Amino acid sequence: MSEAPSDARPAPNAAASRVVLLGNPNVGKTSIFNHLTGLRARVGNYPGVTVERRVGRVRSSATGRPIDLVDAPGTYSLSARSEEEQLTFWEVVGRPDLGRPDALLVVLDAGQLARCLYLLVQLLELRVPLVVALNMADEAHAPADLPARLGERLGAPVVATNGRSGHGLAELVLALERVLADGRRPTPRLHVKYDAGLRRDADRVAEALPPEWKGDVERTRALGFWALGTLEADDEWTGVPTSLRQATQEVQAEGRDIDLALAEARYAAIDELLVELGDRPPVQRIQATERVDRILLHPVWGFATFTLTMCIVFQALFAWADPAISAIEWLIGSLQAAVTDALPAGVMRDLLADGILGGVGNVIVFLPQILLLFLFIGLLEDSGYMARVAYLVDRIMQSLGLHGRAFVPMLSGFACAVPAILATRTLERRRDRLLTMMVVPLMTCSARLPVYSLIIAAIFPVGIGGPWPLQGLLLLGMYLLSVVASLLAAWVLGRTLVRGRSVPLLLELPPYRAPRLAPTLLMMRERAGDFLREAGSVILVATILLWGLLYFPRPTEAAGATDVATEVRSLENSYGARLGKALEPVVAPLGFDWKIATGIIGAFAAREVFVSTMALVYGVGGDDEDVAPLRERIRAERKADGTPTFTPAVGLSLMVFFAFACQCMSTLAVVRRETQGWRWPAVLFTYMTGLAYVASLLVFQVGRALGL
Amino acid sequence: MTLGELPVGGSGTVSRVEGARAFRRRLLELGLTPGIQVEVLRVAPLGDPIEVLVRGYRLSLRRDDARLVTLLRGEE
Repeated sequence: MSEAPSDARPAPNAAASRVVLLGNPNVGKTSIFNHLTGLRARVGNYPGVTVERRVGRVRSSATGRPIDLVDAPGTYSLSARSEEEQLTFWEVVGRPDLGRPDALLVVLDAGQLARCLYLLVQLLELRVPLVVALNMADEAHAPADLPARLGERLGAPVVATNGRSGHGLAELVLALERVLADGRRPTPRLHVKYDAGLRRDADRVAEALPPEWKGDVERTRALGFWALGTLEADDEWTGVPTSLRQATQEVQAEGRDIDLALAEARYAAIDELLVELGDRPPVQRIQATERVDRILLHPVWGFATFTLTMCIVFQALFAWADPAISAIEWLIGSLQAAVTDALPAGVMRDLLADGILGGVGNVIVFLPQILLLFLFIGLLEDSGYMARVAYLVDRIMQSLGLHGRAFVPMLSGFACAVPAILATRTLERRRDRLLTMMVVPLMTCSARLPVYSLIIAAIFPVGIGGPWPLQGLLLLGMYLLSVVASLLAAWVLGRTLVRGRSVPLLLELPPYRAPRLAPTLLMMRERAGDFLREAGSVILVATILLWGLLYFPRPTEAAGATDVATEVRSLENSYGARLGKALEPVVAPLGFDWKIATGIIGAFAAREVFVSTMALVYGVGGDDEDVAPLRERIRAERKADGTPTFTPAVGLSLMVFFAFACQCMSTLAVVRRETQGWRWPAVLFTYMTGLAYVASLLVFQVGRALGL
Repeated sequence: MTLGELPVGGSGTVSRVEGARAFRRRLLELGLTPGIQVEVLRVAPLGDPIEVLVRGYRLSLRRDDARLVTLLRGEE
């Protein structure tokens, strides 16, 4: 075997070494990454896709070159199909911009050895220097000499680790530094016996490999196997040269079952290795986990625990976050009052108080719910219970094309879509994340409640319906409508815009472990920071723009005046109201006039702003705490012909519009942040607004025909 | 008989794996190759997903996906 250092290795004094951390999903990669990098990862994005790329500097012991560790997406094999897994392939084989990595750090789960070795076998063939972490070896009761014996057969260092306690990680870094120092590539005694025909096929294909991929005979042939076992007409791989595709297709056209031959040959070698090692895989999962699962996955007790847990999460988002949200609103309100008192009246004062401070308030008001939700998600994930939640409800979710793990984000959507969309991070696949993001905003969030309350209280009198008051039924109906709509939307979108999954879905049940606070706090900090930096700026700018829309142009007499009548005149004259008037013919079939249209435009800042915008449009005092004057005004409002403006048909139509329309720029800003582009927010806005328009049109026209 | 139809505690030997190429390849890569013994260890309360013992490790997958794995014979 060649011992020469790889020609892709930079000079010793060059920048940091690049080491790619990879392994199957859920083997504890992230824990190891956090330990090694001391929780100081730089989080960026892979170019052009919505997958996070986390890089951290390893706290090394020696004086050698610094090591940059790249946390590559988890994968079961290099022949993968999902976007994430393709990125892992490029990290390993060499990215066009960065070249080959200096070494790999491969994490194996000692409790899932056979499956983890499948990926390792493929990596060994690429002859990249690598170190293996045999993770959770203690938990799986692996014999103490297993790492040494495994390492001897793999021809690469193997270190037993525990990513949770940090055990073995210092040794892992030392092994990594040694491998980096001498650039030693693995020299495995483990040989996969591909049959002669398969080897010939691979060598034929390998002739078409780009020169920068190739290496020694083993690596070149391994990449030939990769092409044969991966490329096909509709494989969605980008960056693969056409000549390689042609060569692969020619060989594949000969009709051998290459996928089966590759898997069988590799597993034959793995089976042989496991027999040699005398490894009796820990079939019996840890006894404690088995006993707990007998209760937590029980048809009755399991669902009882599940319901209780979800109630606590939901209660926290609704009730526990409330004092903090009120405090933030009070603080912003006080600052706005202080600014108004301190500065002379004018555009600058209003911009600062209502535009900028209002915008900052619109951003940080989400923090309590985001932090609380990620506190729960962190604890649930780390304890292993989140996997059980997905396991319990997957049957229901899959009938809608959703993943079992989408349950918690969907539930959180009843509190607020913004933290719920951030929570889609718990889903591994981009496709599952996207679909969940597209339907979560249909859930009845808490910002819709003030709107519903106002409309129901103003239009539908108390005392109808006897034991089942109409007002309560209406509110319940709005909740049911949102659930049905989001499930239908998931079903439709999953078959159209967000296409189906292309590989079998695994729902692993990790052993139960005591949840740790430190990684949870780290995740809370990261998520909140992300939100403030990337979504916050968009929300701030949008708030200021909306403020300007309803503020300008200023009537001349408005300067210095603060009475309500002037404000109303100013609003009526604003660009926003002009837009509302222009939209009147469009929304008239829904039963809305320009005043309601202006309220809807204002509500784009946040749905509950509808209430205060309407109060302003009608020139009444009060705010969302005290809606009585506005309620009376709405009841008294008459059209030119003397009939009430707000008939029950208008009320229902308006509520349905708020149920479906994506009247929330913060939601759009967060979707933009999570998908790294404007495409998906545009899709979300378009389909929800379209749905809202059609539904409101139906409700109003049918309602009016029925005489409501 | 397929893996998706095995009852809890039931076992069998894989004879064939079907499905679209990416689906089938992933099942093979997870170790569900012909000749391998599989056993259903657990079924979720709502009947799906199922937990399968294969090559000494536990694999949880959806019943629909498991139906792509044909078994030689069912044994108790």
